Order: sequence, then C-alpha cells, then structure tokens
Amino acid sequence: MSASALRIETYLWLAQRVSALILVICITVHIATMIIAVQGGLSSEEIIARIGGSKIWLSFYLVFVSSVAVHAPIGLKSIMREMSQIPTNRIDLLSILFSLIIGVLGIRAAFGLYGLGGA
Amino acid sequence: MSNDLINVSIWRGGEDGEYQTYQVPRLESQTVLDVVTYIQRELDPSLSYRFACRVGVCGSCAMTVNGKARWTCRTHVSKVAEGGQLTLDPLNSMPRVKDLVVDMETFFNKWADAKGSFKGDKTRDDALAYISPDDPKRKISSAGIECIGCGACYATCDVIKWNPDYLGPAALNRAWTLVNDERDVTGLERLAAVAGDNGCLGCHSQQGCVERCPKSLNPTGAIAGLKRETIKAVLKGELS
Amino acid sequence: MKNIHNHPNYWAFIMHRLSGLALAAFLPVHLYVLGLALADSSAFDDFISWSNTPLLKFLETGLVVFLSAHLTGGVRLLALEFLEWRDWQNSMVALSCGISICAGLVFFLNAT
Ligand code: SF4
Ligand code: SF4
Ligand code: FES
Repeated sequence: MSASALRIETYLWLAQRVSALILVICITVHIATMIIAVQGGLSSEEIIARIGGSKIWLSFYLVFVSSVAVHAPIGLKSIMREMSQIPTNRIDLLSILFSLIIGVLGIRAAFGLYGLGGA
Repeated sequence: MSNDLINVSIWRGGEDGEYQTYQVPRLESQTVLDVVTYIQRELDPSLSYRFACRVGVCGSCAMTVNGKARWTCRTHVSKVAEGGQLTLDPLNSMPRVKDLVVDMETFFNKWADAKGSFKGDKTRDDALAYISPDDPKRKISSAGIECIGCGACYATCDVIKWNPDYLGPAALNRAWTLVNDERDVTGLERLAAVAGDNGCLGCHSQQGCVERCPKSLNPTGAIAGLKRETIKAVLKGELS
Repeated sequence: MKNIHNHPNYWAFIMHRLSGLALAAFLPVHLYVLGLALADSSAFDDFISWSNTPLLKFLETGLVVFLSAHLTGGVRLLALEFLEWRDWQNSMVALSCGISICAGLVFFLNAT
C-alpha cells in the first residue's frame, strides 16, 4: 500500500478517536441538560431562556455538531466497507455527503436556537 | 463411563462436502485429537487431519470443535462434548483442503507480510545483548512470544471474514513482540507493514482472539500497542 | 458459528455498532426537524408539545439509552486502545451497560 493511503487511513482513524473524545464531553453535557430540561415536561420558553442568544451555548453546539460530522461518517465508512458490497469510492462519497448533511443541518439548527434569543 | 459412546460428526470433503457420523468409545482423559485418531485408525482410514506433537507445542491440530476453534490435542472431550456430541469442522477463514485440513498458506504469508521474522545486526563474534528480565519492553515482548501459530485466533476473527486482506491477530501479535525486541533492526519498515486498515487499525477490539487463544495470549492488547506506535510514527512523518 | 460470538466483548461490539447506526439514522432527522421548527416559533412550540407525548417520551428514552451506550462503550474502546492493558478493562462492559440503563431510567422517570 502506498504511504499516502496509509497516512489517510491513519488520520481518519485518529480523527474518529479525537472527535470521540470531544463528543464524550459534549454528549455528557447534552444528556445532563436533557434530563434536567425534561423535568416536568419540555417547554419552549425554558429552552429559549437557556439557550437563545447565548454565545456559550452557540459555540458548544457548533463544536458538538462539527465533531459529529467528523465522527459519524468515519464509523459509517467502516460499517459499509465491512458489511456491504458498495464499491469503495462510492462509500467514500456517501460518507462525505453524510458529513456535509450533518454539518449543514447542525449549523442551521445551532444558529436557529441562538437566534431565538432575539438578542 | 468407559462404556459410553460419543457421537462424532465430522466434515468430510473440501469447500463442498457433508458431515459423516461416527461412534467412538468414551475413554477417561480422552482428548478430541484422541477421538479423531481413533476414527482414522479404527473406523475410516480416509479421514484427513493434522497433528504432530500431541502436547500443545506445534500448533498443527487446531479445528473447530462444536463451533469454537480449539487445539484438539489439549482439549478434553469431557470439557466440550455437550450431551455426548462432538461436531468437528476445519478452521474458519482458511481454504478447506480435505476433511479437517485447511490451507494455512495465507495465514503464514501474513506473518511474513507483517515482518514477523527477527532481523538483527550482530554477528556471532559480537557479545550477547544484555536485556534485563525486568526491562518493560522485554516484558511486553515476552507476554506475546509463546504463540504456537495454531490459527485459532485467526479463524475466530470477524474482521478477517469481512476483509480478507486484514493481517489478523497472530501476525500482528508476532509483529508487536518484535517491535519490542531491542535487538531487532526492522523498525519503521515493520511499523509501515502493520499500519492502516489492513493492519492494526482494522481491529475492533472484539477480543474473539483473546477468548480463543489456547496459550492465553492477548492479541487485542498487542494490536492496541501497534495502533499507538504506528500513529506516533505517522504523526512524526516517519512512515511517509 | 453460534457460539464463537458468545462473549461480553462481542456483545459490546454489536451494541456499539447498532447504537452508532441508530444514532446516525436519527441525527439528520433530529437536526432537520429542529431546524424547521426553529424557523418559526409557533412551529417550535408545536414541536415541543409533540415531543411531550408519551410515545415520543418512550422513543426518546430509547435514544438516551443508545446515546449513553455508545458514549460509555466508546470510552471503553478508547481505554482499550490508548491505555496500557489492564484486566479491569473487561469489567468496563458491565459498567458501560449499567450506566446507560441508569441514564435511560433517570431520563424516563424525570420525563413522566
Ligand atoms: S480483537 Fe481484533 S484481531 Fe482479535 S478477533 Fe477481534 S478484531 Fe480480530
Ligand atoms: S495467538 Fe494464540 S490462537 Fe493465535 S495462533 Fe498464536 S497461539 Fe494460536
Ligand atoms: S498436536 Fe501439536 S499443538 Fe496439538
């Protein structure tokens, strides 16, 4: 195998682990807020009061979403390579597409939440 | 107990074939290899299988026993015959030659691909290398050195079934013992050989290999070590 | 075939794969619907009250379990790969299982 292919495989592997580490923090926070927020039923005022217009929450969700956009497609790539007959170049394309979808939708949602603060 | 019979179903043929059933008298302290040998000597001389040492040293007698890869010379019938039934298949993930014999060429070629042989730079005139038994790297190396090349781990590993080019637990475990051998000079060449998705990064730490290794080795741990070392080398730009 | 897979680390692997797939399938939907609802604040209110229905609560609990299973299973993998091998690492399967069930329970009890 060529050295550059080896490098790409290694960097992707590492990117998945590094994003996993970031996600450990993000998801812990996410689950904790969910558990707290859901107490007595979700209310939109509550969510907006907490998140809307907050730069801290905005940056949190942006980091969260970008890490997912790195982490998930690499995992899907491995699953598709091992468990499907899809040709490799198609798999790579699908993974990149998935990453873009998550990234775009995620950033849109994060800014949407931020905008609700009316700031 | 010695009057009991064991019902033994054995795969006969190559990739295509069928099970054939034999009745074998149950003996005390009988191993699965004893059972197979009895069948070949007393019931059906056309049965093919491999063994050499009979004492767990050579690694040639591994088969699939009731669904799990085992060394048969050291597997007691009493431990594995569920309800007096033994089902014997050749090892998984290797081409079937005949009956219980598989072609292990790819398995051993992967050891060579993983740079699994020692290469030193000393001659017989040099002094012996002194490496303390307490040396951490020596300990790591020693932990994996007792592999007998039986292939039980390889036959169990899912990643090989999914990706036939994956080097597999035995070859990678061997490479890790040499990475930690201070006398060896293969260095980065070996790390490059075991890097990437066909090498150590392909492993998902399922530890089927650890479960099945008759020598209680830990290929998964060895592979994790290779992951760390190859990544360091790639980050330093040494593998390009 | 039936029993070479019957050991905790294999089940942990299957759980990691399944939960990962489920989360990957859910995520675009989650983000898409959230984005839509956010574009218009009355829709956001509807979305929130819709998500308070019992069936949704139940599904959300499932997601919390999957998310925490993938999280704790992932921490376990990171430990296996990056830390020196220790025997306690095998009890992490049980730990990871326990934590995810607890997270699901706490969420569910809080939600109802
Ligand atoms: S731990 Fe790795 S090498 Fe061992 S059986 Fe699993 S995937 Fe194969
Ligand atoms: S690592 Fe264990 S199971 Fe694998 S070939 Fe060596 S002795 Fe056999
Ligand atoms: S016959 Fe040598 S290991 Fe079993």
